[in-house]
Amino acid sequence: MSRYDLTRRGLLRTGMIAGAGLAMPTIFTSRANAYVNEPKGGSVTFGFNVPQTGPYADEGADELKAFKLAVKHLNGEGDGGMLGTFSSKALKGSGVLGKKVEFVTGDTQTKSDAARASAKSMIEKDGVVMISGGSSSGVAVAVQSLCQEAGIIFMAGLTHSNDTTGKDKKANGFRHFFDAYMSAAALAPVLAKQYGKDRKFYMLTADYTWGWTQAASMKDFMEKEGWKMVQDVRTPLASTDFSSYLAPVLSSGADVLILNHYGGNMVNSLTQAVQFGMRDKQVNGKQFEIVVPLISELMAKGAGKNIQGILGSSNWNWKLQDEGTKAFVKSYGTEYGVPPSQAAQTCYVQTLLYADAAERAGSFDPCAVGKELEGFKFDGLGNGPTLYRAADHQCFKDVLVVQGNEKPENEYDLLNVAEITPVDKVMYEPDNEFFKGGELGKCNNGAA
Amino acid sequence: MLGLERKDFVFLIVVLALTLAAPILLNPFPENSALAQFNAGYPDLMQRIAIFAIFAVGFNILFGLTGYLSFGHAAFLGAGSYAAMWMFKLLSMNILPAIVLSVLIGGLFSLLIGYVSLRRSGIYFSILTLAFAQMSFNLAYSVLTPLTNGETGLQLALTDPRVLDAANNSGSLPDTALFGLAMNSTTKVEMLGRVFQFNVGYYVCGLISVLMFYVALRIFRSPFGMMLRAVKSNQNRMNYTGLSPRPYTLAAFVISGMYAGLAGGLMASMDPLAGAERMQWTASGEVVLMTILGGAGTMLGPVLGAGFIKYFENIFSKINETVLHGWFSALPHAIQDPLVWLAARFTGEGWHLTLGVLFMLVVIFLPGGLVEGGQRIGGLFRRRKTDDPEHHPKRAPHVAE
Repeated sequence: MSRYDLTRRGLLRTGMIAGAGLAMPTIFTSRANAYVNEPKGGSVTFGFNVPQTGPYADEGADELKAFKLAVKHLNGEGDGGMLGTFSSKALKGSGVLGKKVEFVTGDTQTKSDAARASAKSMIEKDGVVMISGGSSSGVAVAVQSLCQEAGIIFMAGLTHSNDTTGKDKKANGFRHFFDAYMSAAALAPVLAKQYGKDRKFYMLTADYTWGWTQAASMKDFMEKEGWKMVQDVRTPLASTDFSSYLAPVLSSGADVLILNHYGGNMVNSLTQAVQFGMRDKQVNGKQFEIVVPLISELMAKGAGKNIQGILGSSNWNWKLQDEGTKAFVKSYGTEYGVPPSQAAQTCYVQTLLYADAAERAGSFDPCAVGKELEGFKFDGLGNGPTLYRAADHQCFKDVLVVQGNEKPENEYDLLNVAEITPVDKVMYEPDNEFFKGGELGKCNNGAA
Repeated sequence: MLGLERKDFVFLIVVLALTLAAPILLNPFPENSALAQFNAGYPDLMQRIAIFAIFAVGFNILFGLTGYLSFGHAAFLGAGSYAAMWMFKLLSMNILPAIVLSVLIGGLFSLLIGYVSLRRSGIYFSILTLAFAQMSFNLAYSVLTPLTNGETGLQLALTDPRVLDAANNSGSLPDTALFGLAMNSTTKVEMLGRVFQFNVGYYVCGLISVLMFYVALRIFRSPFGMMLRAVKSNQNRMNYTGLSPRPYTLAAFVISGMYAGLAGGLMASMDPLAGAERMQWTASGEVVLMTILGGAGTMLGPVLGAGFIKYFENIFSKINETVLHGWFSALPHAIQDPLVWLAARFTGEGWHLTLGVLFMLVVIFLPGGLVEGGQRIGGLFRRRKTDDPEHHPKRAPHVAE
């Protein structure tokens, strides 16, 4: 065994060498960047942060497929998808600003902490200029604020809470997906028309930011239509058995049940409600109805037959007949053999929108890109004419009211578009009571 | 020196040196090489490793010395994070008051839970702590939303008062700092084709973790530590000699709770957001895993375990199929695709599986954790003569009671 003889002098010497070593970095100055993660080589890196494990893993897998497809199209591989139908022609399929697009992926685990850790490693280790993805509002809000602090752009994926572009909005964050307010605004008139004006409704609400804003928006709009709320019951996000929450519904005197649930929650609560025989009951002399304000294809698939005839809203559906949708469904179908979900569409579109804005700005500087996105009007990406509003970085476009298909022809034919609510019916002011309280702040490009 | 024997002092110096040099040591591969994927020398991961090392070292004071297996330590970590966040929101962006409060809150909270849980031992103690932690998680997640901001997590806002700080008119959120030294400021140095990132936040975490390592070392070597070991080896005998184990176990519980609170406070200082998931039972399980994987009851074990698990979580989870295809691209498609498929089960979202397999292997073949593995390898190269029994005492069995 070797011996270590420690003397005061020896220790001092070691300490000085260590100190000098630590001081070294200040001698070499770091490379000067105009903004954080400025791409210097022949490629630029995007970060796709999606849930690969946990309750929303299905949505995450679909989002990732869409991202990969978008990158392919940006680099000029494949059939180009919606690049051909996009109203802006800045992108030529030769990368972005002449740089080949590369990407890294990460797992958000649908947890704010894990999502931020993954996003941070993308920024610090992989040098991404933009992060996109996510399929929970909690995660979206958390990652958005991280991107704001770090000085890169966040292109939100599937997030439906009013808060994302409401009280938690950030200058570096942009959302293409619609929100709870728009869902309620689009759905309320249709519900009133189909089920009558004199209805009493009962709500079960997932107990977190998305659920709360969804419930508040639904209550507001339905009461404007003359409906009366009997009760709004909060259910824990982690619950799988809703029977104890469903049992009091029929005896409460309500004749409509609104399920502010998403993903696996909604599949379980709807299935159990149907098993309770709710849809066959007559209450107050009227047929009992169930409404699910936010429906996705993946949820419809999980709920199976129980979704038939149920009304809800969607951001997009693969059965739309515009050119953008057709081109996207075709290239996604060729690549993966299944039609894309609305989560896939929003993520694909967000990637294209970012790339296009960077191309037009002539730089990946987040402030320059942000300026191009603000107030940007575009078409041909599946949702009709769309505006990226500058005041809150929210996209405004038509909202789909969908209904569970009574006679599905195949396993993907689960939802029908019942009505397309035009954008002016779902428009709101940035200081609307559901959205006020936050500030965009200033764009941050990370340059010290 | 510093109240330590020479052997321990040298050990501490080695730990300090490793901590200081981590940004270089963890970046062994050149920037553009295929192996750059495995570099871990970026601030966020290094901060996390240092923070979780504190957490695990503290946990080890309870578990390694007294044998009480707590399944609820994440609750103290979470409480510490929330406490720190509130200091950032109300008082100042200086991390010092935040860290002090987080340690206090961690201590108080653990005193409360420990006082009740320590009435039982063995599995009942574990279940009690688990129940309390899960209760705290649910409270933070929904009931206490005004205090914790529920699922979204507690965040900074432009409108926070921050009474001690100068008014902020920049329109962007202030950074956490230590007397003006921003935690997220990083000096990048390019050398030998590698980019080394020297980050203020990491050095703050690293130095605090070395300090806490030193405190733990002192506890391990103290008469108090000896009493804790006595609790583990035979509580009945301790009772018969007229000593009550409860004050000792409670003290150990509170100390480890304060370590956890400190870790939580540091986490919030490095990344100002506190989410309820930090308190979930999986987070509590993680620290148990770290301690056992590294070697419970050893000094270095928990640190190794923390580094190992965080490395896997952050590096392996990012190896996706595209990367794998890149690695195996030299092979013909017929071999490449099955290989990629197989490897993809263990990387990317499959990293949990790799970790699980490793954990099983360690528990079965190296019950003393990675530290035992290191000792065995060391033993292979050493002559038998130096294998003196004095420094390799018989391992005390883990007792349930």
